[in-house]
Amino acid sequence: MTNTRTLYEKLWDSHVIADMPGGASLIYIDRHIVHEVSSPQAFVALRESGRRLRRPDTHLSVADHAVPTRVRGGEIPDPQARAQVAELEDNVAEFGMPYAGLESAEQGIVHVIGPETGFTLPGTTIVCGDSHTTTHGAFGALAFGIGASELGTVMAAQALPQAKARTMKVELVGERHRLVSAKDIALALIARIGANGAVGHAIEYVGTAVSAMSMAERMTLCNMTIEAGSRIGLVAPDEVTFAYLNGRRLAPNGPQWTAAKAYWRTLASDPGAAYDQTVTLELAQIAPQVSWGTSPNQTLPIGAAVPDPATIADASQRREAEKAIAYMGLTPGQPLTSVAVDTVFIGSCTNGRIEDLRAAAGIVQGRKVATGVRAIVVPGSTATRAAAEAEGLDRVFLDAGFEWRFAGCSMCVAMNDDRLSPGERCASTSNRNFEGRQGPGGRTHLMSPAMAAAAAVTGHLADVREFA
Amino acid sequence: MPAQPFITVSGLAAAMREENIDTDIIFPARFLLITARAGLGRYAFHDRRFNAQGREVPGYVLNRPGYAAPPVIVAGANFGSGSSREQAVWALVGLGTRAVIASSFGEIFFSNCLRNGVVPIRLPEADVAVLMDAAEAGAAFTVDLEAQELRVEGQPIRKFVIAPERRLAMLNGWDETDQILNQYSDDIASFEQGQRAVQPWLYV
Ligand code: SF4
Repeated sequence: MTNTRTLYEKLWDSHVIADMPGGASLIYIDRHIVHEVSSPQAFVALRESGRRLRRPDTHLSVADHAVPTRVRGGEIPDPQARAQVAELEDNVAEFGMPYAGLESAEQGIVHVIGPETGFTLPGTTIVCGDSHTTTHGAFGALAFGIGASELGTVMAAQALPQAKARTMKVELVGERHRLVSAKDIALALIARIGANGAVGHAIEYVGTAVSAMSMAERMTLCNMTIEAGSRIGLVAPDEVTFAYLNGRRLAPNGPQWTAAKAYWRTLASDPGAAYDQTVTLELAQIAPQVSWGTSPNQTLPIGAAVPDPATIADASQRREAEKAIAYMGLTPGQPLTSVAVDTVFIGSCTNGRIEDLRAAAGIVQGRKVATGVRAIVVPGSTATRAAAEAEGLDRVFLDAGFEWRFAGCSMCVAMNDDRLSPGERCASTSNRNFEGRQGPGGRTHLMSPAMAAAAAVTGHLADVREFA
Repeated sequence: MPAQPFITVSGLAAAMREENIDTDIIFPARFLLITARAGLGRYAFHDRRFNAQGREVPGYVLNRPGYAAPPVIVAGANFGSGSSREQAVWALVGLGTRAVIASSFGEIFFSNCLRNGVVPIRLPEADVAVLMDAAEAGAAFTVDLEAQELRVEGQPIRKFVIAPERRLAMLNGWDETDQILNQYSDDIASFEQGQRAVQPWLYV
């Protein structure tokens, strides 16, 4: 054994409470983000067993999934959603858990507000009853999604049994086109290694291209990591990370800030540290991507055509392609740019940050949403919405014919008012194109915010580079 | 909340010859507004079982006679990928399913299974292919967690492995939170003391 360690191993080692019989370890959990959908059953378990929160200040709760985004304030019209949010509010009051209320300035999607408030910090373990908790790995935090029963354990014990993951280094090399975004890189990676290509592994993104990325881009990369089957995506904390966190409400300040930075600097993988696997992506070869199927790995460069299953040698992949093409209502061999869309959704924890809205607005500026297309922009948080309005981005979208919404998960997940109807086709900046994800029978094409903007103004899937 | 103790289950296996059966297929997102964990079986695979008018889709495996509540499911690779929703597992339990056989699983789904008395059995792809055919032919399946054996009519006995502490908890229906608090409370407290010295900013 050498004493060089990867970022993952350092985070792991610094959180092992005890090794358990059978190979798992009990891991200390520093931070827990809570939303209305995955938490009710955990609170019930806590109440039934007469337990309290071990450390109330290590939790942050918010309503995001079920909330309407058309209006904010007043009663939530849908009775089920209203009951779910009310249940969260009762629970957080009863257990003394910090809560960003629906009308507070800190409300937003769990994975957007964790970083925005400074709740998400490097060197911590972060869990949430949500698979896209991978997002917070962008800060060099060991962050992963858990189930509702595990939530109950974290609330009561601040600890979870975990098996150590293997490590995968994803190296980004070379220069990318100005309009190729972190989303395109993530989709290209998933297309290459598959939807289960990184199961059992913690991915660390490395390379000068990663160091050059904004926190928003790093979050997009880490967010999409779960779509390759990995529960953990990581980027080592650096000056970009510190600049982002400096001054945020829950980030350390004063002498603590200096001490924290010194500690965070030690987290980077040691030179020569060994990974179980390495994947290298040549950025110059990555074009803007769009998904054509019903799994995020069914993705191609925008210049490509819908695959012809007859030419796919592997029987199970052929079956998958046939099934996806039928569901998506596409024709084998059809150029992707010929696929007309009904709806455009810009938002979600993948691409609902201010940088994403700027990228989309850059394409939309001075153009109009194509006739017959419904286009909505849903900022990832209330703070993002306010920041965008301060820059006038809301005007750009409204003038072009977009709807400008309040913060929430919205059309990323069919559990609020924003849904697709059967057969409706959507250009979406979210993360999952699963059957029914955006509404029963709905058809989702995943892409970057700039690509979604291009689809909105042309009315079909389009190559954003032609707008340069 | 302790799950039902698991010893063995036997019966027909539903063959789901499809890869990437994600948690949205197992439990569509729109039903997540339900805050109960009991009674979710009727939503399991909802959009495969029922058409837009709410009528059963003929030919779908769970709509075949004898397969409405299959104790075992045999599925393609990457079963349970996608979201962390534990409802996917609660819905399986509600349906009557206590074991799923596949060559790979979504990781969060996998650990959710173990906490709810559903045995996720990972076997090589070639074995899964053989078992898929056997399931389709109506063979009887027995999952024996105690012996970690899968016994299928007309097939050699196959071994599978579940992490020892999880297996013990499942066999006894133990609650994981209780176990941790009983065995590790002192370790947790001393960890916190140590961490407070190194990262005081995490303790405000
Ligand atoms: S935006 Fe979508 S993926 Fe993100 S937390 Fe909400 S529902 Fe989940």
